[in-house]
Amino acid sequence: MFKKSLLAAALIAAALVSPATAEKKTDFKVAWSIYVGWMPWGYLADSGIMDKWAAKYGINVEIVQINDYIESINQYTAGAFDGVTATNMDTLSIPSGGGVDTTALIVGDYSNGNDAVILKGEGDLTSLRGKPVNLVELSVSHYLLARALDSVGMKESDLGGVINTSDADMIAAYATPDVQAVVTWNPLVSAIMAEPGANKIYDSADIPGEILDIMWVNTATLADNPAFGKALVGAWYEVMGLMAAGDEAALSAMAEASGTDLTGYKAQLASTKMFWTPAEAVAFTASPALKTTMVSVAEFLFDKGILGEGAPSADFVGVAYPDGTTTGDAGNVKMRFDTSYMQMAADGGL
Amino acid sequence: MRFINRRPGLALGVFLAALPFVAVLVAYIIGSQMRLAENPSDKLLPAPATIAQTAERLFTTPDKRSGRILLWHDTAASLIRLALGVGISAVLAVIFGLLIGLQPHMRAAFSGFVSVVSMIPPLAMLPILFIVFGLGETSKVVLIVVGILPFMIRDLSQRVIEIPREMIVKAETLGASSGVIALRVALPQLLPRLIQALRLSLGPAWLFLIAAEAIAADQGLGYRIFLVRRYLAMDVILTYVAWITALAFAMDLMLRWLSRRAFPWSEAAL
Repeated sequence: MFKKSLLAAALIAAALVSPATAEKKTDFKVAWSIYVGWMPWGYLADSGIMDKWAAKYGINVEIVQINDYIESINQYTAGAFDGVTATNMDTLSIPSGGGVDTTALIVGDYSNGNDAVILKGEGDLTSLRGKPVNLVELSVSHYLLARALDSVGMKESDLGGVINTSDADMIAAYATPDVQAVVTWNPLVSAIMAEPGANKIYDSADIPGEILDIMWVNTATLADNPAFGKALVGAWYEVMGLMAAGDEAALSAMAEASGTDLTGYKAQLASTKMFWTPAEAVAFTASPALKTTMVSVAEFLFDKGILGEGAPSADFVGVAYPDGTTTGDAGNVKMRFDTSYMQMAADGGL
Repeated sequence: MRFINRRPGLALGVFLAALPFVAVLVAYIIGSQMRLAENPSDKLLPAPATIAQTAERLFTTPDKRSGRILLWHDTAASLIRLALGVGISAVLAVIFGLLIGLQPHMRAAFSGFVSVVSMIPPLAMLPILFIVFGLGETSKVVLIVVGILPFMIRDLSQRVIEIPREMIVKAETLGASSGVIALRVALPQLLPRLIQALRLSLGPAWLFLIAAEAIAADQGLGYRIFLVRRYLAMDVILTYVAWITALAFAMDLMLRWLSRRAFPWSEAAL
């Protein structure tokens, strides 16, 4: 009896432990979730473009859609995936803050209006004083709100409180009388703006280039398997080419997968600054503005206690940039911006 | 001796009862150590010592920003919601259970309706609950009531129907009115059943409470768990889970004690 239980215990333990250990391998798994800038991942899996590029480098890449965004990042952090789509902020707090060395393989876009502070009725940011604000706490929405309040010299304590509200229920929440202001992202922003009296008072176009949507991969896995990086980057920029050329079939497929129509999807793309070419993405990632952004994101995370109790300061996690410099703790670099693979695509070397 | 008639002695009994707990703990420790060897800052399965430290901090150290010990505030907020939801359900379940069980018109009108309503998954109706009851405390309590009340009404009305007909006829021959039969014959027999129904409903009630707090809240045990999930603070989550388990277990013990104490004549079940 005791032996049996111990065996069961060992089996459970083994099931819990499957970190993506770095070694030469041929099968890779990448997770993504529904968001305007990540829809190409679904398309390149369905259209066979991913398989084509994977075959070119002699590997298999499985692209898995996860319905819950945070869960996809948690799964990646736990080691169930080799790569994941996430924002710069959530990556710093979850995998990098959790000691998983992570590299930005493809900087896909930044939010240029996709995230917004919406007030019910007339007013501006100062009208938020004393009002409760509904948002997904500790998310990029929370960061956007902090930046918005900064811009008018207010603090979170000037509000009537922030109420953590699930994004799945944000539209229903907005329709209730108690809710006076929300901070959320697309496609929810478009749906809420369609309600009478909805007033967008601040959006991510006011802080361009700070909310980045990126394909992240495990640094050690990438170092041991350059083919993995090359296949993902090659497939991605093939789809970017199709989208930039206005390929109706590709765009319609992505629109349908995100639960809207072609017009709706194009409207979401309009508030997203996509980097259509690898050259644009490389130029953006190599710009010094990125360092300022990451420092401000790290300070926000530290201020909210998201970097964890073990974090003595906002500089706890180091971030490395393409020019070889780092911000934060250079001895604890867990987040890397690497343009080398995007550069290969720009040079036509894939 | 047949296999089904063999009984463990006292020592073996204690050992067998402890075995599954030990097995789970051992599995956790092995898993945690393997992951931590791979990555010392792994957050998924923190070491038991880390959890103990976190637990001590959560139970005793005030929050930096608000100066309050968040865990106690969360506990108070959640327990008030739970008590209101379960309390309202218990009162309504007794009233409707008696009406449906004793009065044929009521049974004709409501028993089918309650059976159908008890099959509706309440979580699928959330947007409607929000619009009708707002996002505040009311909707959280209502979600618990909607979640457990239909089941409790079905259970209690069935228990009333099961009261031997002879007992009710006897009361009638002694001149008891409908009201007296309800209060003096049916109700005393219903109360121990109510405690059992409450014990069975506590699990679902916690589930609905945590679901409600995950959706829109600014304090509560479920709120905190879903909030810290955003940065995978499993040490905090596991502390809260252990605390919730302890609270639920204590409530169950209290109800069992109450049942034995108040209704010693009713056969102890479960």
